[in-house]
Amino acid sequence: MSQKIEETPKKFYLVLQNVSKRYGGVVALEGVDFTIFPGEVHGLVGENGSGKSTLVKIITGVVRPEKGAEIEVNGQKVEINNPFDAFRLGIHVVHQDLSLFPNLSVAENILSHRYLEKTQKLINWRDLKAEATRVMDRLGVDIDPETEVNHLSVADQQLVAILRAIASEARLIILDEPTSSLTRREVNRLFAFIHELQARNISFLFISHRLDEVLEISERVTVFRDGKKIGTFQQKELDKKRLSFLMTGKEISSRPSSVRDLSQKEEIMRVENLTKKGHYEKVSFSLYQGEILGLIGPRGSGRTELALTIFGLNPPDEGKIYFEGQSQMIDSNQVAINLGIGYVPENRLIQGLVLDHSVEDNLVITVLCQIIKGMGLVDLQKKKAVAEKAVQEFNIKTESVELPVKTLSGGNQQKVVLAKWILTSPRLLILDTPTHGVDVAAKESIYQSIRELSQRNLSLIFISDEEIEVLNNCDRILVMKNGQIVGEFFPSETSEEELRKIILQ
Amino acid sequence: MLTSKRPKPKGKVKFLSSNPFSKSKNPQLLILVIILVAIFLLFGLLTKGKIFELHSLQAIAFQLPLLGLLTLAQMSPMLTGGIDLSIVSTANLSAIIIALSMTQFNFSPFLAIVLGLVLSLGLGVLKGALVAFCSIPAMIATLGMMIFIRGVALVITKGYVIAGFPQSFLFLGDGTILGIPMPFIIFLIAAAFMSLILNRTPFGIQLYLLGSNPTATLFSGVNNKRVIFRVYLLCSFLAGVASIVMTARFNAAQAGYGESYLLLTVLACVLGGVNPSGGFGKVGGLILSMIVLQVVATGFNLLGLSSHLASALWGIILVSVILTNRLIFARET
Amino acid sequence: MIGREAYLVNKKIFQQTEFYLGIIIVALSFFLTLINPKFLTLENWFDMLRSNTFLGILALGELVVLISGGIDVSFTATATIAQYIMGLIITTYYIDNVLVAFLIPIPIGIALGAINGVLVYYTKVHPVIITISTLNAFFGFLMFFSGGKWIYNFPPSFRSFSRLQVFSLVNARGVQYGFSIFILLWIILAIFTWMILKYFPIGRKIYAVGGNLEAARRAGFNIFRIQLFVYCFMGALAGLASFVNASLNQMIQPNSLVGGELDILAAAILGGASVFGGSGSAGGAFLGVLLIAIIKNGLILMKASAYWHEVIMGAIIVAAAGISAYQQKAKAKREGEILVQ
Repeated sequence: MSQKIEETPKKFYLVLQNVSKRYGGVVALEGVDFTIFPGEVHGLVGENGSGKSTLVKIITGVVRPEKGAEIEVNGQKVEINNPFDAFRLGIHVVHQDLSLFPNLSVAENILSHRYLEKTQKLINWRDLKAEATRVMDRLGVDIDPETEVNHLSVADQQLVAILRAIASEARLIILDEPTSSLTRREVNRLFAFIHELQARNISFLFISHRLDEVLEISERVTVFRDGKKIGTFQQKELDKKRLSFLMTGKEISSRPSSVRDLSQKEEIMRVENLTKKGHYEKVSFSLYQGEILGLIGPRGSGRTELALTIFGLNPPDEGKIYFEGQSQMIDSNQVAINLGIGYVPENRLIQGLVLDHSVEDNLVITVLCQIIKGMGLVDLQKKKAVAEKAVQEFNIKTESVELPVKTLSGGNQQKVVLAKWILTSPRLLILDTPTHGVDVAAKESIYQSIRELSQRNLSLIFISDEEIEVLNNCDRILVMKNGQIVGEFFPSETSEEELRKIILQ
Repeated sequence: MLTSKRPKPKGKVKFLSSNPFSKSKNPQLLILVIILVAIFLLFGLLTKGKIFELHSLQAIAFQLPLLGLLTLAQMSPMLTGGIDLSIVSTANLSAIIIALSMTQFNFSPFLAIVLGLVLSLGLGVLKGALVAFCSIPAMIATLGMMIFIRGVALVITKGYVIAGFPQSFLFLGDGTILGIPMPFIIFLIAAAFMSLILNRTPFGIQLYLLGSNPTATLFSGVNNKRVIFRVYLLCSFLAGVASIVMTARFNAAQAGYGESYLLLTVLACVLGGVNPSGGFGKVGGLILSMIVLQVVATGFNLLGLSSHLASALWGIILVSVILTNRLIFARET
Repeated sequence: MIGREAYLVNKKIFQQTEFYLGIIIVALSFFLTLINPKFLTLENWFDMLRSNTFLGILALGELVVLISGGIDVSFTATATIAQYIMGLIITTYYIDNVLVAFLIPIPIGIALGAINGVLVYYTKVHPVIITISTLNAFFGFLMFFSGGKWIYNFPPSFRSFSRLQVFSLVNARGVQYGFSIFILLWIILAIFTWMILKYFPIGRKIYAVGGNLEAARRAGFNIFRIQLFVYCFMGALAGLASFVNASLNQMIQPNSLVGGELDILAAAILGGASVFGGSGSAGGAFLGVLLIAIIKNGLILMKASAYWHEVIMGAIIVAAAGISAYQQKAKAKREGEILVQ
């Protein structure tokens, strides 16, 4: 099918032929052909290490391809030896961290390429502001050009980053995980903006783990796996299921969890009228022993804020939390941990782990009081034993517990986070989007762990972005929106469509 | 050691090729040992062996502890990625209190020392509160405290020197036990104490992890503020211990003593392998770095060279170690 | 219209430090004038400004380094070397020309600054570590080669230059006083620094690097050139300040400046520069030094012990940092951020 596309007479903006890249002996990319039309939004998907970031690095001149590769831009054969070559050809990247200057104004950020010019004139602030306003007006963006960027919302910062590329005459903008910290409404605004630019013949390469969004915005989607291009497909040919199959080469078994009867179980936690101004309002729900409670809602719905309240890091303004029948003031996470509450945070790399330190230290950090002997000193042998036992139990793949956590694979790192909480023998574990940014295959193993844990009578709150995920893995689902719980469902009584409708309404 | 049952060869090859220094963990310690041996040999040759004579070694052991104790004090804030610019002024004020207690109030040396340490701890409480609970960046909070404490010391002493202490107190500065100078014994005790705290207490483990990633320790239930607060207590306490040695060795106390040591403690910490952004560094490395610095100073002294040249060399040694590290790092990646 | 609101807040914050410094200075001046009317005389102010020129010029240099996200504690040694070499040259060859004397320390400062710049860029180690090392190295060599000897007996032109005034007035008692040439130099340098930071591309790049180094690298800015400029600028100002210092004292003591680096850092921070880089202004640095000068001057006029000066300075720095930390916390709370580090 990919052949058919390439025969169309329309002229390509970018053509790559036979692009390969090896790092030492490892093949990162092998014989890839790739095209983008002017004004096309092209999705790029693949698991971590599939070669998509290598492809981006080659297009942007960060690394050079092996001999035999050919690159054409606008019908001209070119060599892209460094990022400046890419800039000159109109190729720009908007990195996931946006790479803006937080302390400079919007206008300066948009026009920062001016400071690169050889003829260095004095800065005319009025002219700078007018030019930035012109760029924004042309595209219908209304942000004050004199605002410092760190006072903008992430969504506005995203627009500024794209505007910056436009202002330096970008023809192809590569968006690296652009939606990862946007709410759904902000994603809609971003997509509208992309369409606006598309109409002006600007092409986009859209890289994302969120397959829904890739399918929503892209005209064509290219799939990578193990350093090879699996194919380029018209958006019409694809759906989410087929896309994940193409990415992993595996059929994802999306079997719903068997219906369990938990009515006999004891209530472990009850939340009554919990309110935190600006975060959530009048939230009430119960949680039972051994239950997996799904908490779904878009970003900004207050779900993480609620979770952090239960974990003691975001004390509520009003309302009560009953834990095992007793009303509790959870005003720090030490209190939460003593009650038996654990929290697997959303951002594993920053909130979950101390990457530079050993697996051992990362594992025992939650249970230091268990490994001390007389005089408050740490029993080093016991410390090591505890860590090694956890490594064995959770099947964490590492050469030694003394190695830094950063040497482990992403999936094994997530296991370390999970393990350090299980070591505290919690009664309730909150998992905040544990499958976010994780390979499709690794997701499956996380679901597996969650089910096993619930069988040990541990209660879980499973926060998620994806309807299908909670439908398949939870005993009960709460839907949260705009700081309120707007629905409660049993998976057997609802469907993906119904949940999505409620969320998007 | 191996807990996984996956094919070993593959994993092992990767392990070895990815980081040749992961076994020694810190290439800097290796570099330091090499430098130390080289310097000893060099000065051994230049001084015709005089540097190995008992009195030279004793001189080293007399002179090293003051900077050594202050560096130990600087170590814990640096492990959290912070810094304490007020350790020398803390030590000075504590020294003044010790001196005044003995000269003006005729307190026993023991009581004077206790008062000095209590004062240091009090200043530690203040600094800890500013950094941990008021969330003021450590560099600014301790810079302000440095100027403040120095000012208080000046107001109390009006710039005069306080001198004349009982012999029992001076023993701490110039006495020896079995030929080992008292200051050195105090330094070794303090180093052992510090090592015990860092490696064998929950606080130590929390401190190292917090230094690398405070967000992760917070999410793991560590009370970050309390850890940071204790760091400045510990630091000020050690500055107080340094003040005892300082007062006893100089047989005097004054507001401006030892100010040139302040930035040297940072230099010595980094030379000893303490990562300036926090999280890494061992007491052993610090002792090595102290010995390197002191051997250079004593060696220059024996050669009749200016002590200033020695201090220039200290700066050059640190820059060379950093550059060597950088070269190794650049080759690795 | 989210942008509009943010704009107002932002403007306020941007001017905060200068604004508060201005208010404190006015209030303090008012108070001091009530106690001793002599405070608010041109004579007193000219004198006060003149004796703080050295501090003021160095604070401008440190400001630029701080904005770039760096820090420099070696400039006292740089200044000492620059003035010592100048002193040696003009006394040995008895060069009776102030212009020559003025021009000697600048290239020396730039050269030593360049060493810092190269090391900071190449090692990627925190600049405080690098400059502590170079402080030791520079100062150690100077003390070794100079043997700590003082230099005095400068040529007559050098002596008369220090008394040069842009304009002179006569007070009620008939004593002549005036606006020293050094104050003019300080003000010119402050305006020059402000111009660089505000209107020259290099100045904006310094802010950019201090705000987000990685973004600056990705945007194609030449980081090496920027860092080199910053440390050379500091070196050049250290050279100029050292000339002022030697001229005012009519004497060069190799060990009189080193040890004072943190006080100058404190002045720059008091003027609103952040130790994390990216913010600060020449106006703020000027006002910060002015505040310090007024406190010192006020204590003298109140006949209080000069030793209280440090106690007050330290307390002000801690209080200012505390207020700013509290404001940040309050702002985060207002905006509903969850305070996790």
